[in-house]
Amino acid sequence: MVELDTATDQYVVIDIGGMPVLVRNESPEFLQMLEGRYSGFVNAEVPAAFEVEVELVPPGRISEDEDVAVRFAHGWWIIERGDLRAEWDPGSRRGRIVQSQNPYSIDTALRIIHSLILAREGGLLVHAASAVRNGKAFLFAGVSGAGKTTISRLAPPDARLLTDEISYVRRNGTGYLAHGTPFAGELAEPGENIKAPLAALYFLEKGPRNAVEQICQSAAAGRLLENVLFFAKDPELVQRVFESACDLVRSVPVYRLTFYPDQRVWELIG
Amino acid sequence: MSATYIAKATQVAARSLEGEMMIMSARDSTLFTLNPVATLIWQSADGSTPLREIVDRKICAEFEVAPDEALRDAEAFVNDLAQHGILIVSDQPIGSAKPEQGGPQ
Repeated sequence: MVELDTATDQYVVIDIGGMPVLVRNESPEFLQMLEGRYSGFVNAEVPAAFEVEVELVPPGRISEDEDVAVRFAHGWWIIERGDLRAEWDPGSRRGRIVQSQNPYSIDTALRIIHSLILAREGGLLVHAASAVRNGKAFLFAGVSGAGKTTISRLAPPDARLLTDEISYVRRNGTGYLAHGTPFAGELAEPGENIKAPLAALYFLEKGPRNAVEQICQSAAAGRLLENVLFFAKDPELVQRVFESACDLVRSVPVYRLTFYPDQRVWELIG
Repeated sequence: MSATYIAKATQVAARSLEGEMMIMSARDSTLFTLNPVATLIWQSADGSTPLREIVDRKICAEFEVAPDEALRDAEAFVNDLAQHGILIVSDQPIGSAKPEQGGPQ
């Protein structure tokens, strides 16, 4: 646990995936914006495990890189995109983000920091919708347009949505837990801050009818790796992500889910 | 003709899933799924056994394939993997490479 100076109230603690990150900034407007964007995941009661300080600068280009670039140098992860620069020290569990006052930059920085933390402990951030039904979690992975938001919209009333965009998967003994995330896609709504054992992984494909077909582990691992959110060009962590993807497809069944967008597709889930 | 020796590179992750060998270059994240012949070559890449011997003693013993044809295919395969940094190919025996030290926590 990080020893934090919480004497002032110039921070919020954003608890995603059971990894509470304290975000410190002096601007009440910025903190208020975070509390709104991450509502359901802001938790002042839980002790923070990580801390980032946000330095707000006027809008404008901060980094030369237009696309996200993540590299490790002198003990720090450096995360850069045109609109942000972040530094993250995995040893002290502290970091710093330079950005303008907007919700998108910190959203990106938090996703990447979580992906780095998860990679070391065998978890994954996956481009996938996920939901809990009857106490079990189901992941629906796919690239943009594959149907993540559609399958989320079609979920029956007793299903609880974890996310329609980025799923948070952590190792739990020999299995995995799927956690809710505030990282939303087209649905533009955060998921519920709950978790459940991962029961199955589905790769989405739109088609003329609803059909489910189990796929072999090697194909499943390859497809899962295509959908893992991981930007760091670091051989050691890339190896860990590979191992985690292989472990996951060995521990839960993986299916190709072809679906016609109507609610009956959920009869095939579970 | 000189012998060819092959060894697994250090920055590589490999895992057998339901009998299929998956290999990923940690350098550029390229992913390969190996067929049974390629898996046998990969598993035999100890740096000290010449490729010709791997082909003659293992590939030709297990699969119905002519030695020269098998060697040509094996050479193409190992050169392809070498280009992705997954295999080290040399005309000399290759010593055991030590894993690189350091890296992020």
